[in-house]
Amino acid sequence: MSKRIEVNDLNIFYGKFKAVEDISMVIEPRSVTAFIGPSGCGKSTFIRSLNRMHEAIQGAYVTGEVLVDGQNLYSPATDPVNVRRQIGMVFQRPNPFPTMSIYDNVIAGYKLNAKRMNKATADEKVEKALQGANLWNEVKDRLSESGSSLSGGQQQRLCIARAIAVEPEVLLMDEPCSALDPISTLAIEDLIQELKAKYTIGIVTHNMQQAARVSDRTAFFNIAGTGKPGKLIEMDSTTTMFSNPKVAATNDYISGRFG
Amino acid sequence: MSTETPTRAAPEGPPPTKGVGRPGDRIFSGTALAAALMILVTLAGVAFFLSIEGWPAFTADPEEIPGDGGFAGFVSPLLFGTILVSALALLFAAPVAVGIALYISHYAPRRASKTIGYVIDLLAAVPSVVFGLWGLQVFAPYLGPAFYWLEENLGFIPFFAGPVADSGRVMLTAGLVLAVMILPIMTAVCREVFLQTPRLHEEAALALGATRWEMIKMAVLPYGRSGVISGAMLGLGRALGETLAVTLILAVNPTLITFNLISSQNSSTIPANIALDFPEATGLDVNALIATGLVLFVLTFAVNYLARWVASRGFSGAAG
Amino acid sequence: MSVPRDERTVAGHTAVDRSAAPDSPENVTVRPDSSGLTPELFGTPEPSSPPERPADTGTGLGQSGKLPSALPPALLLLAAGVSAAVLLLFDTWSWTGTAALTALVYTVGIYVLARAVEGPRRAKDRFVTALVSIAFVLAMAPLVSLVWTVASRGAARFDLQFFTETMTGVVGEGGGAAHAIVGTLMITGLASLISVPIGIMAAIWLVEYGGGPLKRIITFLVDVMTGIPSIVAGLFAFALFSTLLGEPGHRSGIAGAMSLSVLMVPVVIRSCEEMLKLVPDELREASFALGVPRWRTITKVVLPTALAGIATGVTISIARIIGETAPLLVTMGFTVGFNFDMFGGRVATLPVFTYDQFVRRGLPPEAFVDRAWTAALTLIIIVMLLNALARLISYLFAPKTGR
Repeated sequence: MSKRIEVNDLNIFYGKFKAVEDISMVIEPRSVTAFIGPSGCGKSTFIRSLNRMHEAIQGAYVTGEVLVDGQNLYSPATDPVNVRRQIGMVFQRPNPFPTMSIYDNVIAGYKLNAKRMNKATADEKVEKALQGANLWNEVKDRLSESGSSLSGGQQQRLCIARAIAVEPEVLLMDEPCSALDPISTLAIEDLIQELKAKYTIGIVTHNMQQAARVSDRTAFFNIAGTGKPGKLIEMDSTTTMFSNPKVAATNDYISGRFG
Repeated sequence: MSTETPTRAAPEGPPPTKGVGRPGDRIFSGTALAAALMILVTLAGVAFFLSIEGWPAFTADPEEIPGDGGFAGFVSPLLFGTILVSALALLFAAPVAVGIALYISHYAPRRASKTIGYVIDLLAAVPSVVFGLWGLQVFAPYLGPAFYWLEENLGFIPFFAGPVADSGRVMLTAGLVLAVMILPIMTAVCREVFLQTPRLHEEAALALGATRWEMIKMAVLPYGRSGVISGAMLGLGRALGETLAVTLILAVNPTLITFNLISSQNSSTIPANIALDFPEATGLDVNALIATGLVLFVLTFAVNYLARWVASRGFSGAAG
Repeated sequence: MSVPRDERTVAGHTAVDRSAAPDSPENVTVRPDSSGLTPELFGTPEPSSPPERPADTGTGLGQSGKLPSALPPALLLLAAGVSAAVLLLFDTWSWTGTAALTALVYTVGIYVLARAVEGPRRAKDRFVTALVSIAFVLAMAPLVSLVWTVASRGAARFDLQFFTETMTGVVGEGGGAAHAIVGTLMITGLASLISVPIGIMAAIWLVEYGGGPLKRIITFLVDVMTGIPSIVAGLFAFALFSTLLGEPGHRSGIAGAMSLSVLMVPVVIRSCEEMLKLVPDELREASFALGVPRWRTITKVVLPTALAGIATGVTISIARIIGETAPLLVTMGFTVGFNFDMFGGRVATLPVFTYDQFVRRGLPPEAFVDRAWTAALTLIIIVMLLNALARLISYLFAPKTGR
C-alpha cells in the first residue's frame, strides 16, 4: 500500500505563468517527506501536482513526469480522477462533508463513487480507517452524528480517516495542522508516525520544528522573487538538513534569517 | 503558503493535457450548458416570435390600424403614456427610497432596520392586481379632494389643468400607486449600496467632527451615487412594464397624448392597452397589440441594460 | 451595539468657543444584515477620496448647547395639537391634513430650535433626520391601508362556499373560486416543473463550469430576463404557440405555464447561483481529492449542501409568479369552471379571477366585487405563506458548513 514516487523535471504552469520550475526528486515508500520553504515558494503547488489537484484550476498544466512505481501520472492515457483515487490528500482546514454523518464521511470515498458494498464490509472499513486515524474510540458511539459536530482536531483526524479508508498508495498533507491547536497538532504528528508504517507520506508544512519532528527526509523550496518560479533548492535526510545543510540558502532559512 | 485552489476561475493559457474524459462528466456538463444556453435561446425567441407575429402590423395599410398614421401613430400615444406614468412613479419613489434606505442603513437601530427591511419586502410581495384594486377603490377616491385643491390653486400649470375627474382615476393616481410598487426594489438596491460604503470613509468623516448628516453627505452619497442611479433605472424598468395596476386605475383614451395629470382623459400605456384589448381582439388588432409589446420589450431591455452599465461603470470606471 | 448617541452634553451654555468643540465622534451606526440581495452588479467599489474637514461655522449664541432629549417627542405632540387646531379652525379637518401639517410644523420647529441651541450643523442633521423619518411613514401608509382594505373587504366572502364552488351557472350571488384556485395550483406547478430544472442546471453551469465570454453574456442575459415585463412574457408564449401551431387565437394552460416560466427561470437562476457560490470550495476540493469526478461532486456534495438555500430560492420564485395576472390574461383568459386539460382551452386562475370579477361586474355588482376582494385576500395570504415557508426552510435546514 505504498509506492515510490519519482519526479523528473517537473514544471508547473498556471496559464502562461510558470509557478514551479524543474523539480526532480525521489520519495521512498513508507517514509515521511516534508516540504518546507517560505510563503509563495510553490511547495503547495508542487504537492498538489502529485495528485493532479492543481488541474482543478482551468489553464493549469505541467511538463515533465511524475512516476508512481514506474507509472507516469501525467501520461495522456491517465485519468486524473483515477490518480486521485490512489493518492489521498488532507487539507489545511478540516473539511468534512456537512450533510453527512461521521460514518458516511469516512466511507465517502466509496459512496460518492457509487461503489457498492454490503454493510458488513462498510462497517469494517469504517472502523479500520477510524482506528488508523486514532479516532475510533472517541466516535464509535456516535457514528451517525454529523461530521461537523466534532472539534477541529477531531475533524482533521476524520478527514485523515476519510483519506485512508480508500487505501491509497500515497498520502499527501497540505499543512494539516496549521488550523489546529497545539494538542491536536501533537495528536496528528503522532498519527503520522504511525501511518508511516503503511503509507508513503508527503507533508507540506510552514512549521520547521514540525518538519524536524515528523519527517525522514526534507525538501527545501525557495523562490527568487515575486513572479519568479519556485525551485527545489535542497533535499536530504532531515537530520542532515537541519544540522548541516549544503546550500547556504537552506541554512539561512532554517536558522530563521528569512522566511 | 496556504493554498486557495479555486475550483473555478481561469487565468488564460493553453489547456492542460487532458487525460481520459469521463462520459458522466461530459453528459452532465453538456446538460448544464444546454440549460444555460436556453437563456440565450429564450431571449432570442422572445424577440423573434414577437417580431413574427407583430410584423403584419408594421407593414399593414395605415387605415387598418386604429388611430392615425399607421402603426407609428398607434403606438406613439401609448408609448407616451407609458413613459409619463413611469416617470411620475420614479419622481415620487426615488427620494422616498433613498430616504428609507438611508434610514435603514444609518439611522435606525439594528432591530428596527431588520423589521423595516422586512416590511418593505412585504410591499414587494403584494401582487399588482391587488394594488390595482386598492388604488381604484380606496386611493383614488381618497385623493379626490387633493386634486381639486391642485386644480384650484395650481391650475395654471398644464399638469394640473383639470377638469378633475371625480373618480380620481387619473394619471397622477396611477403614478403614485406605481411609485409605491417600485419602492421595494429601489429601496433594496439603495440600501445595499449605502451599506457598502467603506467604514474607513465614514469614520474619517466622523472623526473630523462631522454630524451624521454631514458624514452621509461626504462619504455615503458620493460613494453610492451610481448605485442609486442604477437602482432608479431598475425601478423605472419595472414601472414601464407594470400592467394590472395601471389597467385598473386609469380611465384611458388610447389615442390621447396629454400632460394633464388630473383630468378624466388620460393617455393609456402599452401594457394597459394590451390587457384591455387583447382578450377580445381578432385579426390584425392582435398583431398590432403584439407589435406594441415588442416595442415595450425593446424599451425595457434598453433601460435595464443602461442600469447595469451605469452600475458597473460607476465603480470600475475611472481608476480601471 | 447601541444606537448612535448624540454628542456629550456640555454643561452650561455660556459662549464657549468654536463650534468645532464638543462634538465627539458618534458611534458609527451598526450595520444591519444585508437582506441577501447581492449587488454583484456593482463589482468592486472604487474608493472615493476621503472627505474634507467640514467648514467651521463660527461662533454664535450658545453653540455648545444641546436640546434635551425629551424635546423632539414633545415638539411632535405639540405640532400635532397645533395642526389639528388650525385645521378645525378652518373647518377642513382630516387625518391626512393633520399628519401633513404636523410633519411640516415639526420639521420646521425642530430646525429652528436646534439652530438656536445647537448650531446650524446639528440643526441640519436633525432636519434631515426628520425628513428621513417622514419618508418612512410615507412608504408605510399605503401598505397599512392596503392590508387593511384587503382584509376588511375580503372578509365578506371568506367562506367555505368560496373555496369549494366554481362560477359555473352562477349569474349573481354565490359561487366561488375553487376552479381558479385549482387552476393557479396547476399552472404554477407546471411552470415550476419547467423552470426549476432548467434554472438549477443553468446555475450549475454558471457556477461550476462556466467561464470566458459565454459566462459573461449569459449572466448579463439572466439579468435582462429578470426585467422582462410580465405582459411581454405572456405575448411571447401566445405568439410562440400561435405560430408553431398555426392557430391564430391560441389559449391553453401550457402557454400560460410557459409565460410564467420565462418570468420564473431568471429568479431561480439568480438565487441558486448565490447558494452554490456559498458552498465552500474546500468541500469540492475534498471530494476531488477522493477521486470523485466533477459531476458526482456537484450532485452529491455541492447540491445537498446548498439544498436548503435552493429550496428557499425556488419557494420565493414561486411566490413571485403566483400573483402574476397579465401574462395569464393574455394566454389563458378566464373561464367559469374547472379545466384540467393543460393543452386545450382557457384555465381560470386566481389573479385573473380577481381581475375578471371586478372588471366585468354583473348584477348585483356587490357580489362580484366581494368575490374579487376575497380572491385578492386569498392571493395575498398565499404569497405571505410562501414567503414564510421560504424563511422557515432556510432557518431549519441550512447545514453548518464549518466555522
